[in-house]
Amino acid sequence: MSQRYEIRFSGAGGQGLILAGVIMAEAASIYDGKQAVQSQSYGPEARGGASKSEVIVSDTMIDYPKATVVDALLALTQEAADKYSHDLKEGGVLLIDSDLVKNVPKGNFNTVAFPIINTAKNEVGREIVANIVALGAMVALTGVVTKEGAEKAVLARVPEAFMELNKKAFQMGYEKAIAARA
Amino acid sequence: MAKKVAFLQGNEAAAQGALYAGCTFFGGYPITPSTEVAEVMSVELPKIGGKFIQMEDEIGAMASVIGASLTGAKVLTATSGPGLSLKQELIGYACIAETPCVIVNVMRGGPSTGMPTGPSQSDVMCAKWGTHGDHPAICLTPASVQELFEETVRAFNLAEKYRTPVMVMPDEIVAHMRERIVFPEPGELEVINRTAPSVSPAEYKPYDTSFGDVPPLAAFGSGYRFHVTGLNKGQDGFPTTKAAWVQAEEERQVRKVDANIDDIVQFEEYELADAEVAIVAYGSTSRSARFAVNEARKQGIKAGLFRIKTFWPFPEKQIAALAGKVKAFITPEMNLGMCTGEVKRCAEGKAAVHGIFRVDGEPINPGQILEKIKEVK
Repeated sequence: MSQRYEIRFSGAGGQGLILAGVIMAEAASIYDGKQAVQSQSYGPEARGGASKSEVIVSDTMIDYPKATVVDALLALTQEAADKYSHDLKEGGVLLIDSDLVKNVPKGNFNTVAFPIINTAKNEVGREIVANIVALGAMVALTGVVTKEGAEKAVLARVPEAFMELNKKAFQMGYEKAIAARA
Repeated sequence: MAKKVAFLQGNEAAAQGALYAGCTFFGGYPITPSTEVAEVMSVELPKIGGKFIQMEDEIGAMASVIGASLTGAKVLTATSGPGLSLKQELIGYACIAETPCVIVNVMRGGPSTGMPTGPSQSDVMCAKWGTHGDHPAICLTPASVQELFEETVRAFNLAEKYRTPVMVMPDEIVAHMRERIVFPEPGELEVINRTAPSVSPAEYKPYDTSFGDVPPLAAFGSGYRFHVTGLNKGQDGFPTTKAAWVQAEEERQVRKVDANIDDIVQFEEYELADAEVAIVAYGSTSRSARFAVNEARKQGIKAGLFRIKTFWPFPEKQIAALAGKVKAFITPEMNLGMCTGEVKRCAEGKAAVHGIFRVDGEPINPGQILEKIKEVK
């Protein structure tokens, strides 16, 4: 891949989307040996408000650190889906939480939907790992980083006691995304 | 041995750069979007026997670093817009008392509380004119995480070499974004320490210009005693109103920077050799500009980039020379024309200067710059 690949994680402040972006970028940069830049934009609120985290991955030097045309977008809230899907590329990927984004943005892209937060809460066991479920799904859908690299990056960020929980969240997101895409 | 590599945030890199340069004191007051600098220093300084203190406000924070510097320590504070406004009185004090210190100021929207989480480049004039009176000003505007590390090291070097405050001013995008960084080995980057006195405590004068424009600075607690004041002072540090002396001293303090512009000013030229349109940009905006230059070149347009790394002193000589060669300048910046005014001043009407200004909390994107290139080419 010599081209830029642009990923945007969006939702509400407090959902852990900035961290999900950081982990994706670390997977690309540290474990997969590519170039990566992660940036973020959020409101002054500690919780709530639209929040986004962008990751650019490339084989060559990355100049502009923000998204230009987005290859893959995650939207965990309706507000984020409405606000951040306008510059999604033709043929790009849109991943949404099917419980929270009822009004699905229309466009020439592939939409994948499953209940991300509900998966974290009821199947993994903790709502707090919804960002890692979403990350697993984005890794599966974009193919821009290796699954192994991403898993290592997740575990490097998590305290010992929560490794299994996060591993499970990542794996479940990965599998559910593939099933939902099919 | 493989070098240490990490995926780091800009603010974290600034803190690591300070530690590399030998910083042992941080006095600050947390403020978005600079807080991570303080966070890293609060964790790392105790490990090396340094001191971290969170003061009651930004004014106290600035005073604390001046005091610590006078004991011989290399010192850092970090802040953002409203905090920089508060620090100004004490920045002037550090200028006249000739106390080395480094201030990291992450640029967010303003004036006042403005847009705390939004990017901006609107503090660049404040870096020079924020504190009153004639005084030297050095301000660095890095554009990447790696450069934020390296320029923080350089800021310490300049502060120590010229006995003056130095500002490092990343915009919020550079300060908050994360990139891969390769840590320089100890000794790989130059680290400069202030000159200590060569005379005995009895003979020592803190502003003894017989040693040159930058007199040696003794450390409090090392047996040397001297007076420190914000008033115009004599060689011994005590206040004076002798007209000829005060005039000469004011000129000397400004000359510390003015006579050493070539040692201080750094910049990067990209595709400028045959350029007809030159973009002058700094910080994260220079990355949009580079993207736009590459796109313009693909379309056969002769565009280039002059990237400012040292905003103060301003690269006057270089901009003036470019003005004689190019048809037009484009100056994109996240303010309403601060660098643009400087470029116009240096261009002296020899080339047109077209600004692109954004103060809505959004970055200037490559498309906007490309459009302007096509318009003015």
